[in-house]
Amino acid sequence: MPFLLRRLAGLVATLTGISLVVFAVMNVLPGDPALTILGLDSTEDARAALSAQLGLDQPVWARYLDWLGGILQSDFGTSYAYRVPVTELILERLPLTLTLGLLASILTIALATALGVFAAARHGKAGDWVTMILSQLGIAIPAFWLSILLVLLFAVTLRVLPSGGFPGWAEPLEALKSLVLPVTALVLVQASVLARVTRASVLEVAKLDYARTARALGLSPRRVMWGHVLPNALVPMVTVAGMQLAGLITGTIVIENVFFLPGLGRLMFQAINNRDLYTVQALVLLFASIVVIVNFLVDMIYLLIDPRLREGRS
Amino acid sequence: MRNLPVSLWIGGALVGVIALAALVSLVWTPQDFATVAVSERFQPPSARYWLGTDQLGRDVLTQLMVGARNSLTIALVAVGLGGALGTALGLLAGAKGGWTEEIVLRLADFSFAFPALLFAIMLAAAFGPSFANAVVAIAFINIPVFVRVSCASARQVWQRDYVLAARASARGGLAITRDHVLPNIAAIVIVQATIDFAGAILIEAALSYLGLGVQPPEPSWGRMLSEAQTLLFLAPQLTVLPGLCIVATVLGFNLLGDGLRDLADPRREKAR
Repeated sequence: MPFLLRRLAGLVATLTGISLVVFAVMNVLPGDPALTILGLDSTEDARAALSAQLGLDQPVWARYLDWLGGILQSDFGTSYAYRVPVTELILERLPLTLTLGLLASILTIALATALGVFAAARHGKAGDWVTMILSQLGIAIPAFWLSILLVLLFAVTLRVLPSGGFPGWAEPLEALKSLVLPVTALVLVQASVLARVTRASVLEVAKLDYARTARALGLSPRRVMWGHVLPNALVPMVTVAGMQLAGLITGTIVIENVFFLPGLGRLMFQAINNRDLYTVQALVLLFASIVVIVNFLVDMIYLLIDPRLREGRS
Repeated sequence: MRNLPVSLWIGGALVGVIALAALVSLVWTPQDFATVAVSERFQPPSARYWLGTDQLGRDVLTQLMVGARNSLTIALVAVGLGGALGTALGLLAGAKGGWTEEIVLRLADFSFAFPALLFAIMLAAAFGPSFANAVVAIAFINIPVFVRVSCASARQVWQRDYVLAARASARGGLAITRDHVLPNIAAIVIVQATIDFAGAILIEAALSYLGLGVQPPEPSWGRMLSEAQTLLFLAPQLTVLPGLCIVATVLGFNLLGDGLRDLADPRREKAR
């Protein structure tokens, strides 16, 4: 229990640190936010009044504490550009980004495990080589270019899937259809790294004595792989999967912009272009926190699958 | 020479071609990269425009060559800066140990919590999109990577007998770091830099695609793709080459890194 408490304290410290960094970076913004909002022809008095209203005349530390206090009550401030609470903007777009991220995560892990095991089982043969060459390519392809190529093939040439946009959840089938290409682009890129790690890890474990014993006992290759080798190969896979999920979360920012999906990533991009300080600040903090929390959960899973690490670390 | 890993050859060739194109663009390009000639738009490949022209009549080959130069420059400066700073910090932590090491490594751990692309987007948002800010963002992301790698390797070197001997003869920490530690970790740092180069190219491409990196009229592969995306029905061919350039460069540096790593540590399984 003290162990778990220590990890939780570490998590809170990291999250606080992130909020500090995000606030510090976003608040050295050159230029006067009031000027940005009101435009060049605004009067000095109007800008001063707005600054006071936004609390910009307060000292920096007071503004930080104010911001942090608000967030703890799920109040991210008011968007300059949309004139509505940032929380409202986030909640509107969260389901889409969440669906995109979750679908992509699940499929990434499934595809990478399948490919890694497939390649390892055919170690040194053609299937292994092809998988490894494809995965090397997958690592080198920017997800946004892969997306454009997918659009070119499935939307422009074959006309079977939409090239972008989102019809809304009212039409579930159409909504899912519009997510097919974005999810595919994310998964193919992210699964490449994980498939390589899976293969390496499986090969490592397959060399060990108990795997040999299992084979000597006459168990089928399939049972040796899924029953003995893969469970023991999980630790490095889970570590990398954690990092991949972080990549996936930031990947959604780019992908949503490629496919014009109205999610959090698109909102962040629009907020940057509108110089919508509070919205950008909130979204950067949100994305970074999700990454930290996902990695924390991965660490916990790590301890679950390998109890030795518990003693080792404490 | 025959014993060199295959990945080293392929990676070296890919990087060589791109780097050559970038270098040539310093002294010669087929056309001027900023010249717009709308009457010449969407030209097919010809003797005048080897790879055709884009929607503004700009020469595609020229754009690709100058794009290579911009991409490689950003990656080189960013990884160079981040690598130098990170390695210096890592060496310091490895030499001092104790609290210094604890603080430096904790800060590096903390920086890892920030996904690279998100950090770069945040900096671009705060300081405005530009070439320099892309460099700073990517350099910053690289610091913790080099801190970890160099600190871990430096600590191993510090435990060697020859370092003990040097310490026994009253040589200072700085002299030992310079004469013994740095030469021994250089190979690992160079391998890391090669692999990070690939990452830097990808991040630069994504930033430029989003309009947060290299600014017009300077060409960049990422922005060529975002412009071409709006013309998918009209000129799909424009989406092919910039993407291939990115893939070739990233693949080249990854393979080069794998090959160098095999060379530095032959016991590792040959990477493909």
